Amino acid sequence: MKTIKQISVFSENRPGKLEKVTKVLADNGINIRAITIASSEKFGVIKFLVDRTQAALDLLKQQGFTVAQNEIMAIEISDEPGGLHRLADLLARKKVNIENASGFVIEASKKAVILVEAADIEQAKSELQNEGLRFLSEEEIIQ
Amino acid sequence: MFWDKKIETISRSGLERLQLKRLKSTLAGINKNVPFYKDKLKKLKIKPDKIRNLEEIRNLPFTTREDLRANYPYGLLAVSLDHVVRLHTSSGTTGKPKAILFSRKDIEQAADLIARCLVMTGMKKNEVFQNMMSYGMFTGGLVMHYGAEKVGLLVIPAGPGNTDRQISLMQDFKSNAIHITPSFALYLADVLEKKGVDPRKDLFLKRAYMGAEPYTEATRNKIEAIYGIDVYNSYGLSEMNGPGVAFECPEKNGMHIWEDNFLVELVDPKTNGPVPEGKEGELVLTTLCREAMPIIRYRTGDLTSIIPGKCRCGRTHRRVSRMTGRTDDMFIVRGVNIFPQQIERVLMAIQGVGRNYQITLDSLDDMTVKVEIRKELFDGKVDHLVNLQNTITEKLRDEIMVRPRVELLEPGALPPSEGKAKRVLDNRTL
Ligand SMILES: [Zn+2]
Repeated sequence: MKTIKQISVFSENRPGKLEKVTKVLADNGINIRAITIASSEKFGVIKFLVDRTQAALDLLKQQGFTVAQNEIMAIEISDEPGGLHRLADLLARKKVNIENASGFVIEASKKAVILVEAADIEQAKSELQNEGLRFLSEEEIIQ
Repeated sequence: MFWDKKIETISRSGLERLQLKRLKSTLAGINKNVPFYKDKLKKLKIKPDKIRNLEEIRNLPFTTREDLRANYPYGLLAVSLDHVVRLHTSSGTTGKPKAILFSRKDIEQAADLIARCLVMTGMKKNEVFQNMMSYGMFTGGLVMHYGAEKVGLLVIPAGPGNTDRQISLMQDFKSNAIHITPSFALYLADVLEKKGVDPRKDLFLKRAYMGAEPYTEATRNKIEAIYGIDVYNSYGLSEMNGPGVAFECPEKNGMHIWEDNFLVELVDPKTNGPVPEGKEGELVLTTLCREAMPIIRYRTGDLTSIIPGKCRCGRTHRRVSRMTGRTDDMFIVRGVNIFPQQIERVLMAIQGVGRNYQITLDSLDDMTVKVEIRKELFDGKVDHLVNLQNTITEKLRDEIMVRPRVELLEPGALPPSEGKAKRVLDNRTL
């Protein structure tokens, strides 16, 4: 089963934090493919998919950001009514706790993809591997 | 090891005889030369030569910080300027500073007490001592410096801050001991980590003397573990010479307070009555050897207790416990008395919490505790951060009985504390 790597950056919800992070990436020619911000009332975690994960991680660390790398699942959903609902239902039945999720369309192939960050990736993997889901690889996402 | 074994192990009865003799001569001096004290003693009808025992100290008036401010600059001087060689000041949060004047003999005496402290913890003449306390008007730098030179150490007067240079000096001159504030020790540890310098392997430190700011046992343990050294608690205040008033011996179980130089009392801060051994009270000190500016019954504002029993090191001077707080550090939220040390004790015991924190008070009912998270424990999960935030909130509530707002910050977000850390920001206008 394929998973992809995501970068998480701690943010205190201070204005300008996102700009600082994106500047580091832009200055180094790293392409951001997707971005979401998971936040609590007082702080947030900015999550990125980029084309060069390791380079981005090293750069952000060097610049003093508090960063982590997570494995997430990119699950293709069928292009028909109820497609997302069926996935959500499956995740609920399998008791996969979701830390964060976001939608995503791959322009080249027009595929609809849901990025799912599970609270426990190993548990999610074992529950979902034989459910007929199509998991996309890093190459498919970042093209 | 002893610097002056005879006086450090003097019998209690011998010590008390010495104290009484010195108290009487101190009182006779100020009664003659300091109008402020002369008036007070006259009003209370106290005749110094009539004092028979040490208990009678309780009839004497207190000296407060306000008294020192009111007598700024020369009001409490007991000798002529011919005999005064140095000024130190101690600044409060408000108003005029307090002036402390030293004769040559006073400086010698203060250095002698420091020498006792350093030798007590194992310092030898061939060792290198890097003094990271502020030089200048603050006593922490210069008084320690003179004492360390008296022992014969190589003293590096590095002063505080300038972290990169501190590290080079420690490496180049193979410093064995440092004199440092706890907040700077924690900050320095962060910088060392960033630079990839392992203080246990790449430095030559054996011990650190930590004072000037109150800190908890948890902080001491943390710093000892990071640096792989012994940390000795040091207590002093400028009004009483500065550092070296009380100091830990290798037993690390309370600080020996040099009773041949200071007459020690513990009083209840509310009733002013005496507090028995083992119970907490405000430390009140009377100088017994000061020439230029003797001070009697000085209300230090520091809360501590006398540790009962004899110390295994053989010194007979009694021990005071780690200061649990300053009466003036205490703040009140929702009617509850809180000391910053309580907050620190809780934070230092929680995994995932960094070394820097700040308490902000915005109203009578609200306090915010800002805490830096530890980089290596960040895993990108908001859930885990929320759990950490909740754990901190609950543990703080258990300790201080008030539920604070807890903010998690990125490492380095709080101002680095290269000196005396400002832990409490009180924005309330009362
Ligand atoms: Zn001892």
